[in-house]
Amino acid sequence: MAMEYIPGIPLLRPYVDYDNQGFWEAVREHRLVFQKCGHCGLIVHRPRPMCPRCLSTEREWTPSEGKGTIYSFVNFTYQNAAYPGIKVPYVVVVVEMTEGVRFISNMIEESAEEIAIGMPVEVVFDQVAPDLTLPKFRKRKG
Amino acid sequence: MDGFKGKAAVVGFALSPFSRDSRKTELRLSCEVIRDALDDAGLLVTDVDGLVKHADDASDEHAVSSSMGMENLTFFGEVKWGAAPCAMLLRAAMGVASGAARCVVVYRAVNGASRLRMTPSMKTSGQMSTSDLLQWTFHSPFGLTTEAGRVAMTVRRYMHDSGARSEQLGWVPVVCREHGACNPGGAYHGKPIRLEDYLASDLVVDPLRRLDCSEASDGAAAFVVTTPEVARDLRQKPVCILGAAQSMVRDTEMLAGYYRRDPARLPEVRDVGAKLFRTAGVSAGEIRVAQLDDAYGPLVPIQLEELGFCRQGEGASFCEGGSRIRRNGAIALNTSGGSLGEGHLCGMNLVAEAVRQIRGTSTNQVNTAELSLVVTGAGGPAAGLLLAAL
Repeated sequence: MAMEYIPGIPLLRPYVDYDNQGFWEAVREHRLVFQKCGHCGLIVHRPRPMCPRCLSTEREWTPSEGKGTIYSFVNFTYQNAAYPGIKVPYVVVVVEMTEGVRFISNMIEESAEEIAIGMPVEVVFDQVAPDLTLPKFRKRKG
Repeated sequence: MDGFKGKAAVVGFALSPFSRDSRKTELRLSCEVIRDALDDAGLLVTDVDGLVKHADDASDEHAVSSSMGMENLTFFGEVKWGAAPCAMLLRAAMGVASGAARCVVVYRAVNGASRLRMTPSMKTSGQMSTSDLLQWTFHSPFGLTTEAGRVAMTVRRYMHDSGARSEQLGWVPVVCREHGACNPGGAYHGKPIRLEDYLASDLVVDPLRRLDCSEASDGAAAFVVTTPEVARDLRQKPVCILGAAQSMVRDTEMLAGYYRRDPARLPEVRDVGAKLFRTAGVSAGEIRVAQLDDAYGPLVPIQLEELGFCRQGEGASFCEGGSRIRRNGAIALNTSGGSLGEGHLCGMNLVAEAVRQIRGTSTNQVNTAELSLVVTGAGGPAAGLLLAAL
């Protein structure tokens, strides 16, 4: 069940800054990347100004395999407790990526009834608006 | 470091009525409740030399001091986030214990029900601090915009990890409303609910039900903190701040610590409890009454676990049936009703009830309460107080 964005209500857009722009630029090109420390190799998400382990500011954007499993999920069923610009019901998931980081996103097709913790998922890029791409997920076989 | 033992005391407090529409400015609510708290203590406006406010509140210290004719303030500033009720008292205790001030007033006034307050979704339009905005940058585009949504994510995982069921979690709001039903000052006086009501209430963000979520209200609270020497000569039985603690740990985020190893735990609450018990030289087993953050009911069982009132993963079964968390139970929970059963005043009323338990003036008084625990900020940076008779 695709998410339905309600016309006339602004889409919520990422606040892009020097620390996270590498992430969002890659997403625009339909690539999912995570911040990797150029010194100690730690992969972190969300992007931070320095490596929380070794404090290095050398960073690279390492490609993600795009695979993970559902760690937790919620189903927004009541519009007043949800974003007014997205029609309820809609599902938000936390995906545990194979790289070891977690990622907040949506399922592109599946409804809440079809989702379970532990379900394997893979990334798919949703062109939400001409100038907004979001990485979302769908059920992965195997 | 032995906390504030013998260095600071709560000598007065006041709560405004809880309402859906106060028809007063937040500044007026602040001034009225400060006036009432000083009256409760038997102190005058001219005795006050410190003010502690909440960062989100409209009523700045200078506006309050000008409105009330305060003179010679030597200690003032803001405290942030959901942990603030206890953290504000901690700040006040620091003020008087250090000598920076002699008499500090902590206040908060919020027209949470009648005034359109800044919601996270509005905040993405640039009305908030950049650091918080960066958290929402990875939430909001996906529609994770509300507190209830962020908490529900944690609750889902907690239910998965611990096996907690709705039929167990529902006992938190049921008991809070039971306690609140006996509290004439609360918004739910005479209005208990049953477990069946809970189970029939709508899912607002599955797995959170409407009755898991405290309902915003208009209201205000103020506390007066001073030195033990001053406290002994005042109107009320002084309440000693035995311990006060704050905690922020690795990857703390606002109600959404999803990036840390185990998001369904509340390590900040665990740390606050451990520090309070250590500084007071007590164990969890010696605590008989606790006011825990019940803005969202399902976070209460996790707090009970983190504080050591039950074993990890057993919080929900501990609450089941209600007998262990009622006034006469192993640990009397939120005896004024708390956010769910007295009213949502951003946790300020939890601190007020913790003070009442030491004064002996609660409407659900725990007769054996020699120590009174209060924790605020479940799901983010947390803070707590341990109170006792002076």
